[in-house]
Amino acid sequence: MISSREYKNKIMPNWCPGCGDFGIQMAIQTVCAEKQIPFEKLALISGIGCSSRIGGYLYCYGAHTTHGRALPFAQGIKCANRDLQVIVCSGDGDSYAIGIGHAVHAMKRNMNMTYLVFDNQVYGLTKGQTSPRSSKGFVTKTTPQGNAETPLAVLPMAIACGCTFVAQAFSLDRRGLSSIITRAMDHKGFSYVNIFTPCVTFNHVNTFEWYRENLQDVESVKPGYDPGNMAEAMKLLVETKGLVTGVIYEDHETPSFEDTMPPQEDTLTAHVEKPSAEVFHTLCSEFQ
Amino acid sequence: METNHDFIWKMGGQQGQGVESCGEILGHVLAQEGYSLFSQRLFSSRIKGGHTTIALRISLHPVQTIGERVDNLVALDQETVDFHSPEVRDHGIIIADSAFRPKWKRTSDKTLLALPITDIAKKYGSLQMKNMVALGMSAALMGFPKEPFHRFIAQRFEKKGADIVEKNLMAFDEGMASAAEAMKEIPPMGHLENPEGRNQMYLLGNEAAALGAIAAGSRFMASYPITPASEIMEYMIRVMHEVHGTVVQTEDELSACMMAMGAAYAGARGFTATSGPGFSLMSESVSMAEMAEIPVVIIDVMRAGPSTGMPTKVEQSDILPAIYSGHGDKMKIVVAPSSIEDCFYLTQEAFNLAEEFQCPVIVLSDLQFGLCKQSVPALDMNRIPISRGKLLTKDLPALDPAAYFDRFCDTEDGISPRTVPGVKDGMFLSTGLEHNSYGKPAEDPKIRVTQMKKRLRKLQSVCEKIQPFTIRTQEKSNDLLIIGMASTNGAIEEAMEVLEKNGARINHLQLRLLEPFPEEVLFPYIHQSAKVLIVEENATAQLKQIFKSHFSCHDKFRSLLQYDGTPILASTVVKKAKEVLG
Repeated sequence: MISSREYKNKIMPNWCPGCGDFGIQMAIQTVCAEKQIPFEKLALISGIGCSSRIGGYLYCYGAHTTHGRALPFAQGIKCANRDLQVIVCSGDGDSYAIGIGHAVHAMKRNMNMTYLVFDNQVYGLTKGQTSPRSSKGFVTKTTPQGNAETPLAVLPMAIACGCTFVAQAFSLDRRGLSSIITRAMDHKGFSYVNIFTPCVTFNHVNTFEWYRENLQDVESVKPGYDPGNMAEAMKLLVETKGLVTGVIYEDHETPSFEDTMPPQEDTLTAHVEKPSAEVFHTLCSEFQ
Repeated sequence: METNHDFIWKMGGQQGQGVESCGEILGHVLAQEGYSLFSQRLFSSRIKGGHTTIALRISLHPVQTIGERVDNLVALDQETVDFHSPEVRDHGIIIADSAFRPKWKRTSDKTLLALPITDIAKKYGSLQMKNMVALGMSAALMGFPKEPFHRFIAQRFEKKGADIVEKNLMAFDEGMASAAEAMKEIPPMGHLENPEGRNQMYLLGNEAAALGAIAAGSRFMASYPITPASEIMEYMIRVMHEVHGTVVQTEDELSACMMAMGAAYAGARGFTATSGPGFSLMSESVSMAEMAEIPVVIIDVMRAGPSTGMPTKVEQSDILPAIYSGHGDKMKIVVAPSSIEDCFYLTQEAFNLAEEFQCPVIVLSDLQFGLCKQSVPALDMNRIPISRGKLLTKDLPALDPAAYFDRFCDTEDGISPRTVPGVKDGMFLSTGLEHNSYGKPAEDPKIRVTQMKKRLRKLQSVCEKIQPFTIRTQEKSNDLLIIGMASTNGAIEEAMEVLEKNGARINHLQLRLLEPFPEEVLFPYIHQSAKVLIVEENATAQLKQIFKSHFSCHDKFRSLLQYDGTPILASTVVKKAKEVLG
């Protein structure tokens, strides 16, 4: 039995004390322990930012890539080895600013992996600039007069992009978060969870207390909510102004990217070899 | 009748008139017959609309360029006559479709035959058959027998039914007869001797590179469409099911390179292909591959830049951008194929180098290779065995709890053992941050210097793993050494045949390894040559700048530069070489 503690390595996270990201790391460990994923089968891929340091904190194959590009890297891994459990961790700047193009296409491509966005609505690692998720009027070093832009409505966007699993969670709600990550990892296709996580250093508006007061669980808003209905999901997000947690939308019908490709007997990794003489001959005959 | 060894045929018209298919069929049939071929399609931006030409050089000995004078021009429109008749040699023949009433100023040295291409095509039912009629006329003009064409046509249209086959054959035959009749009136052109039968393939450099990737065991490609590299992805998509691989057309080149790197990190042989503008986007990822020691292969089929430049024109101006791509100190390998055949072999070597040296490998091809078709000796899949370097995939010693595999440990040759996700007890951290030997982010000056030295040291032995250049003769002491890279090889080799007759001691070196620069093995050739002429298709002498930064004899170096979008011709090389020789 692997305990949840064993999914953590010996490196001390350099997150600020009280950072919401600790809660997300613990939830990932909890789910991995529940699923008893062998360390070597777990690939945790991250981009750049506070959130993305997590790639170096879990005990598994961790890759800490470039800013905004964790998803393409992770998709390459998944294509090479479908047996791996691939989790991508990213922040709101990494995902929704520099990486938004990749996010949109990863959602429509629908590879079987889990995408967790640590959304603190501010840039932390670069010390307090505005993010695509900062609320209107939010004052930062780069918006001293208050943010004039509209924050990106990421959940409706994900649904519109064809994402087959869309959920939202709160980093300090350990039980709720673990249960959503479990459902995300069980989903066949691309699963996406936006996780609100308070930045104790640079965001003094969207604090722990603020989230506690403003976030509602989907079950309390709409008891017996069915995430299978796209129109209802969109309506829910509009009505709650996106401040709702739970699985918002899930599509079981659309096949995953892997299911649309010819079946693989084994991983591509195991097949770095010359083609058979027969296959090569067939390929060459076109040019003869 | 007079016999020739070499014949250049060219055809022009509007896109959709069958120009390309006529050239394709002519090429395929003659390749099967054993002729050496080189074919080039041109989309000329100076000409309005969808004007297109295809040229085919047919020879008894291997050819690597399209040559310089046209023997037979087939014109489906007036533009072809206007723009391309000056290229026709003395006593050459122009066949023009009588339907467009060709305007032609009679000259004593060239003949224009206005023949009923459209009329014959219409007679057999469709304008689409113009290509068959023109094909028959061309075959007659060059003195080829009809049987191999008949076989090809029958095979090609078999699925469309006997009636279609019959009509195409009749259109071909009538074209042939019509040209034969017209030729009775003019001096004979001479015909090509029969070639010796040989086992060969006729393909684009881009197709050769793609086949090379498959032969190298690559089963994953991620790419974004761009001229002139798209054929590589298109070919891979077309055949990948045969080898159970995956190709992803990504949202952009940032993603293409990272996805290829993700696959490579996970142990597949991931690669991507692009051209200048796409390569710029990839350079961010190249830096990560250098730092995190990820073996990725990037093919850059160079075109004229900067920026969008001239997308359908050849240039070799990504040499320095490739070597210095990304940020920080360079820790990569850059190679360049020396022929279309070499696109196949060098691509395989690139995958080996990537895994042996655990770094990005950039293959610098160019438009002239990528989009030209050439007959090459049948490709040998087994010539370059697969080498995966220090990859470990099983039976690793058990790790202590929470302990990592020593992925980036300092070794004598600078190359560390490598594992991939899925391998038990092989876990490590991969990061673009500076890191210690387990991949943990680290900024300690000692660790930094150790890791930098390790990554740089490993590249010192690249030159031993690959033939760094091709050389015409082993003679090191020369009056003139001509140096080129990529597709200039053909023109320089043809120039050498002319220059060698003049008695000068002259040699030709085509560079295959550009980075790390093979200074030591080049030294004797540079040192013992009186003059060195560096031939390249860019405006700022990028290749020469590299030589000047490695060798102090700056006064020896001369440049032949061309950046007008056209490939350097053998005659240009001859002229310049003679000028340098004095």
